[in-house]
Amino acid sequence: MFNDFINQFWPSTIDGLAFGSIYALIALGYTMVYGVLRLINFAHSEVFMIGTFGAMFVPFVLGIDSALTGLALVGVIILMILAGMLASAGTAVALERIAYRPLRRRGASRLAALISAIGASIFLQELFALLVIPNLFDRPQQGRIQMGLPRLMERTELFSIFGHSVRVDQVLVIVAALGMMIALDRLVNRTKIGRGIRATAQNPEAAVLMGVDIDKIVRMTFLIGGGMAGVAGALYLISYENTNYLIGFLFGIKAFTAAVLGGIGNLRGALVGGIALGLVENYGAIFFGSDWKHVISFTILVLVLMFRPTGILGESLQQARA
Amino acid sequence: MNEKNPLAGFRGRLSHFADQMHDRWLNTPGWQRWIVYAALIVGALLLPSESIGAFMSPDTDWASILFFPIGTFVLLAIGLNVVVGQAGLLDLGFVAFYAVGGYSMALLGTRMGWDFWLIMVVGIGICALSGITLGAPTLRLRGDYLAIVTLGFGEIIRITARNTDEIGGPNGIRGIPHPPSIEGIMIGDVEIFKYGVLDPRPYYYLLVALAVVVIILVKRWEKSRVGRAWAAIREDEDAAEVMGVPTFRFKMLAFAIGASIGGAMGVLWAAKSISINPNDFQFLLSATILAAVVMGGAGNLPGVMLGAFLVAWLPERFRGLQEYRMLIFGAVLVALMIFRPEGLLPSRQRKAELKEGSGGMGTLGAEVPGPQSHGEEVASK
Repeated sequence: MFNDFINQFWPSTIDGLAFGSIYALIALGYTMVYGVLRLINFAHSEVFMIGTFGAMFVPFVLGIDSALTGLALVGVIILMILAGMLASAGTAVALERIAYRPLRRRGASRLAALISAIGASIFLQELFALLVIPNLFDRPQQGRIQMGLPRLMERTELFSIFGHSVRVDQVLVIVAALGMMIALDRLVNRTKIGRGIRATAQNPEAAVLMGVDIDKIVRMTFLIGGGMAGVAGALYLISYENTNYLIGFLFGIKAFTAAVLGGIGNLRGALVGGIALGLVENYGAIFFGSDWKHVISFTILVLVLMFRPTGILGESLQQARA
Repeated sequence: MNEKNPLAGFRGRLSHFADQMHDRWLNTPGWQRWIVYAALIVGALLLPSESIGAFMSPDTDWASILFFPIGTFVLLAIGLNVVVGQAGLLDLGFVAFYAVGGYSMALLGTRMGWDFWLIMVVGIGICALSGITLGAPTLRLRGDYLAIVTLGFGEIIRITARNTDEIGGPNGIRGIPHPPSIEGIMIGDVEIFKYGVLDPRPYYYLLVALAVVVIILVKRWEKSRVGRAWAAIREDEDAAEVMGVPTFRFKMLAFAIGASIGGAMGVLWAAKSISINPNDFQFLLSATILAAVVMGGAGNLPGVMLGAFLVAWLPERFRGLQEYRMLIFGAVLVALMIFRPEGLLPSRQRKAELKEGSGGMGTLGAEVPGPQSHGEEVASK
């Protein structure tokens, strides 16, 4: 067993980093919304799911069915990421407008918001299975079947670590995710919008008195969080080449685990938590077999919440740092 | 905030009517209540008749539906209501206890050859124990965090069952024995104690009997010191603790009772359905039961039962819309939370709590209406 671990250490690390980056990008959405609204956006998993289909739409419309190279490949990948962002951010903003804002206005209970989110989640899944996938992707009666992406990018080896190859798609996922994280960190810490988000997270009443437009800030929070989930969706699709209408559920819970692990409400925590979860999950799978991968994540979630509910870096979107 | 006339509009009148009925009920002498109870039980027993079924479910066998999903959902909702409605603990993994009950019946029935009634007793014990085991580490958490942890536990149980070949793995367990039959006791055209494969009605009567016992117990708890402690915890846990309520112990009790009820239903369901597998215990079931509780009016038993009935029955009634029923269900949940977050038949106490804003679970942050009302002022100038 120890030998297995040694042999699979590097491949698992690379896989863990790639998966972890995706978790981290989705976790940003949970963490930002939680920081500002104290609400677990339960339907965020569906925002990710819609991102994968948004990205899928680009090669479908362009009719690409073989691998691309050079500028064409770069162009298509950028288009896919943009399409994923657009689909996800749009969904997230619509969610906020329809399922959450009326509740927020009335100061409804969190239970009501949770039920509303579960309802929205079921609605979006079924909407895709019944209407969007059969019609938009021209797959009548096949809305519930897994959908594959034609291979866009040859999986060439970029370099190797201790004899284990690192493929170009894995590097793409990790680098792109890191890039988005840095951009987001800048946005929240350096811009006016970001200041508004931090102010609202710290103290909504005071933020309103200081002239922050809360509705706008909340909308922006959902927009940005949704956009990040869209990037995650596109990257996942490019790297793992399949998706289905239920894909959000597991990714959603894992990303939430990542957010809690890093410290919910803390942007850098989402990155740390996502990467940590991705790694632990893949290392654990070496010992227990990949059947138990999900159980490992859930166990981590339960343990973290029990022993350190503020996570590795602590809750901090609302703590000073202004 | 403009205070609306509580009687204005259809919703207001409905609430007012419900309140009036409730007041009248409180003033009814004991013997009249017993008549109503007896009438309700007789009504429940007459429910599986053909003529009612022809209207209620023209497409499927009404008596089967009465057992599952309707009766099952109602009983599970009563169990979850103890946890969510009375103690105010958000449980998203309730299906785990239903699964534990089902697997107890399946394992003890097929491997040990135990009798249904013995397993029922033992199974309830196992479920109460698993409720305590799950509750002990997690009940220190509050609100959303508790919801996510329970969700995690629910999934852990399901995936563990799927991955463990000793209990059948993904194929589950087949050949679960039925409850022992007593032949020859006929009421109308039903042999009410003959538990076979063909007639679902004896199982339904068993379920009604179980439900009656459970409802009596739950009602007694609600009216006792335990129920008051739960209400105190739900409304303000810190205040309850300060006033000397051992909150942790009462939360555990709520978890254990809820788990036992869910488990009892699991045992009964497994005994009817012959085979079970891990996919019978999906997260969606937990979500549906929770939705039923909230939709009916968390904390109010008749409301919760109504909610569970509707959630189970409407999709069966409108089989014509089969494809779209989950889509509609999702949309209805959102709409209900927007327009009537207290549920269809809320208890008066609960409604007051919700009006105050918290409903025992804290409110959403950033509920400040500032910019919006400001915007309206500007627009009106």
